[in-house]
Amino acid sequence: MAREGKPIARRIDLIAALKEAALAALVAFGLFVLLIGFRTDPGPTGALVLSTRFGALAAIVAAVFLLALLRALVWQQAAAPIERMVPASLKAALSRAAPYATAAFVGFALIVPIIFYDNRYLLDLGIVIATYAMLGFGLNIVVGLAGLLNLGYAAFYAIGAYSYALIALTFGLSFWICLPLGGVLAALTGIILGFPVLRLRGDYLAIVTLGFGEIIRLILLNWQTLTGGPNGISGIPRPSFFGLPFNSADNGFAATFGLPYSPTHRVVFLYYVILALALITVWVTLRLRRLPIGRAWEALREDEIACRALGINTTMTKLTAFAIGAMFGGFAGAFFATRQGFISPESFTFGESALVLAIVVLGGMGSQLGVAVAAAVMLGGFEFFREFEQYRMLVFGAAMVAIVIYRPRGLVATRKPSVLLRARKIVPAAIVQDARSGSPA
Amino acid sequence: MEYFVQQLINGITLGSIYGLIAIGYTMVYGIIGMINFAHGDIFMVGAFTALIAFLILVAVGVTAVPLALFLVLLIAMALTALYGWTVERIAYRPLRHSFRLAPLISAIGMSIVLQNYVQVAQGARVKPLPPLVQGGYTLLEGHDFAVRLSNIQIIVVVTTLILMLGFSFMVARTRLGRNMRACEQDLKMAALVGVDVDRTISTTFVLGAALAAVAGLMFLLYYGVIDFFIGFLAGVKAFTAAVLGGIGSLPGAMIGGILIGLIETLWSAYFSIEYKDVAAFSILIIALIFLPTGIFGRPEVEKV
Amino acid sequence: MSADIVLTVEHVAMRFGGLLAVNDLSFVAREREITALIGPNGAGKTTVFNCITGFYKPTVGRLQLVHRGGASFLLERLPEFRIAREARVARTFQNVRLFAGMTLLENLLVAQHNALMVASGFTVLGLFGSRAYDRAEAAAIDKARYWLDRVGLAERADDPAGALPYGAQRRLEIVRAMCTDPVLLCLDEPAAGLNNRESAELNAFLHAIRDEHAISILLIEHDMGVVMEISDHIVVLDYGEKIADGAPQQVRNDAKVIAAYLGVADEEVESVEAEVAR
Repeated sequence: MAREGKPIARRIDLIAALKEAALAALVAFGLFVLLIGFRTDPGPTGALVLSTRFGALAAIVAAVFLLALLRALVWQQAAAPIERMVPASLKAALSRAAPYATAAFVGFALIVPIIFYDNRYLLDLGIVIATYAMLGFGLNIVVGLAGLLNLGYAAFYAIGAYSYALIALTFGLSFWICLPLGGVLAALTGIILGFPVLRLRGDYLAIVTLGFGEIIRLILLNWQTLTGGPNGISGIPRPSFFGLPFNSADNGFAATFGLPYSPTHRVVFLYYVILALALITVWVTLRLRRLPIGRAWEALREDEIACRALGINTTMTKLTAFAIGAMFGGFAGAFFATRQGFISPESFTFGESALVLAIVVLGGMGSQLGVAVAAAVMLGGFEFFREFEQYRMLVFGAAMVAIVIYRPRGLVATRKPSVLLRARKIVPAAIVQDARSGSPA
Repeated sequence: MEYFVQQLINGITLGSIYGLIAIGYTMVYGIIGMINFAHGDIFMVGAFTALIAFLILVAVGVTAVPLALFLVLLIAMALTALYGWTVERIAYRPLRHSFRLAPLISAIGMSIVLQNYVQVAQGARVKPLPPLVQGGYTLLEGHDFAVRLSNIQIIVVVTTLILMLGFSFMVARTRLGRNMRACEQDLKMAALVGVDVDRTISTTFVLGAALAAVAGLMFLLYYGVIDFFIGFLAGVKAFTAAVLGGIGSLPGAMIGGILIGLIETLWSAYFSIEYKDVAAFSILIIALIFLPTGIFGRPEVEKV
Repeated sequence: MSADIVLTVEHVAMRFGGLLAVNDLSFVAREREITALIGPNGAGKTTVFNCITGFYKPTVGRLQLVHRGGASFLLERLPEFRIAREARVARTFQNVRLFAGMTLLENLLVAQHNALMVASGFTVLGLFGSRAYDRAEAAAIDKARYWLDRVGLAERADDPAGALPYGAQRRLEIVRAMCTDPVLLCLDEPAAGLNNRESAELNAFLHAIRDEHAISILLIEHDMGVVMEISDHIVVLDYGEKIADGAPQQVRNDAKVIAAYLGVADEEVESVEAEVAR
């Protein structure tokens, strides 16, 4: 009996699936017929010339049809969401592995320059990843811990960079003095910008921070006398090894340590500087999480009204998160300025803010290891797909959408309590809230 | 004086375009409380769709401008509405019960997708179009400046007015409009009394996208050049307009649009054109801080 | 012997646009007494709470809180966090507002935020490690443990608050409020959703904390069993106005109160009175 029933059931499923797929293909056709089916290019007279790309259109519509068919069929078989398909034992094993993974990650990061000493390209990539990881750690304090969506984080990055450049060039102070100053100025900016706006609701706050980010960038772009406008500032002093310049001179780093001169020395030095800065950011974040301010940030993220009812000055709490996050962004910016030797407003667009936000979201808001892994994956991925530059951003945007739908807690989906009365426990992601949205996710 | 009047005309025209986009923001925010960050890029897609549709019509021999424009309007509205529907279905609907910032993050991702999709599909360079609607009227003759009201400006403002009136009628008198208003008030309750909430929300997105398409066509005709990045700036300014006019209010969106258009035009004319976007962003921030409910908005009391 | 007055509500009115939610309300709450605020749904009880705790600013009126030492606070002028911090008014919410993703212990530590912030030197000292802070945190954990023991939740101290069953969540919210060392504890429907046994335990608990910690309790409640059992003083609201104010016995027999709740015809008042007296 059952066996006879089965083939019939599957046939009906196939028709329903085909209908779904056909509908999807139809929608795809409507979406892509003009924008992909045709292409506009400047012709010989400058006016636009139309050309067709029906092959590509057909291919894409067919692909959508097949994917939709596949999805419909899979959905019919598996009613459970993807999360539950991962067995609990695996999840438990993964969370127990987390501390070892962290140690391995840090250990690997420490020896990267030794392994890849001859590969300048990879060393540079390492510096870029560490820089973005630090930006991610900084933004994590604001977005991940305190739950304040900041879409203009690049502004603090920019202020750190430009402050460093201007102070170093004008006053000739050393790297070790200018770096903290960059951070302090960024923090001050964070306080000034944050003070009037932090009482706004989440999405409004997000848009306002976007506005700030753009205003800062536009000012940097247009205030030519101060910032050099679109040409930026060049000739920023490069770092020295505590006074010893990285050149081939007799008082240089190489000569002092009896090594043959190599430009790689400076790169390795820069790598360890940014690694140290990133690790300091992580250490500070972990310490703060265990202090009242860190708990207040997380409580703020969970339920702001309850915080106020407990006597917490939520405006000050938010401001602190904002300022400290800004400060680390500023440090990263200062480092960026000295590493490149040249900065321009192009490096501080909304795209940068969105990238750092994506790293924090992907990494799991609040998780340090997640942010580091996300930075490595995203920037490594970017480099890997360098030839497909145009498609990178497309995939990146799609990834953001996919992550927030399917794995809103990011790659690392658990929260570790900051203090324990007894045993170690892990909080499943489903219970952690990001401000009242009704029922837990 | 004549210069000022010209700026007024220009500002109102620009403001009408912003107003059409702002309606999309305000309707979506009113009904599900989210800022559709990708809406500006829907406007951009509308402009591109209109451009390509027009080029196709010309290629197949439809040369009568009014007929071509009418067909382009229909095609652009239909296809862009499809984009609006698709974006809602795949990027926002799954997140309706997720944490509060989830739809915003998804919208940012969607905005990036749309911008880069158009960039990849059509190239990063600007797309010019020769002026289709020419001519106009000279209103005032001053000593060294003549105030001109061009035909395209008339078309923009009149189209906007007609659509506004049509829309207001729809919201106030039709069943769809009633459903939208019910969902705006209380989503759960509307569902309980039998309103198809999913359909109503989808329709809101679709209508907003259609209006954005009209704005895109108007933009294309008025400025004669588009690129994949126009959505970002226009989007932020239109959102500012929606906030200024009172988020959730239709006349507010229009009035806000006109205001922003006027401010931007007058600022560029009398102060500094480089900083005109700074002015727009600053107004946004000031409006959100000091006037969060806008001109026509209803003050929200937070339920504790 | 009448106890000292802790809270004075004088001619308070709250208007939302065209709606007058509370109209010319005056009453007092005394030290070491449990005052209940009752009335049909929509009578304005939570609105009054929100005015007292600073979440709403009353349209007119005065709300004065007096501490035993003489310190006096005008609540209508203060923002909510200062009412909680300085005037030491703590509250719970109708829909429990816990920090669901944080553990029970963390919830209770957040309640002791202000004292701990000072001890950590406003974070700066604490960042680099300070004995004073470690001691303060240990003391705070002890206090949290004490309160968790009082309500039988010590075993689950490291569980996320969102994982608790409903009754436990309500108990946790109350002890979290107690961790702020309040002078006045405002409870918004603490017995909602509790069964008879849990309500009886709640009654005993409230009596105990009133006596041991010398606080005043102001509570909104619909469960007449709880209200009649533990209140020293009842204020009845209907449509934003006070219709009765006095001892439980008095209020229970007040015809206006009965009519407000039940809107019954005179003939049925007797049977209804019997039910209310249960």
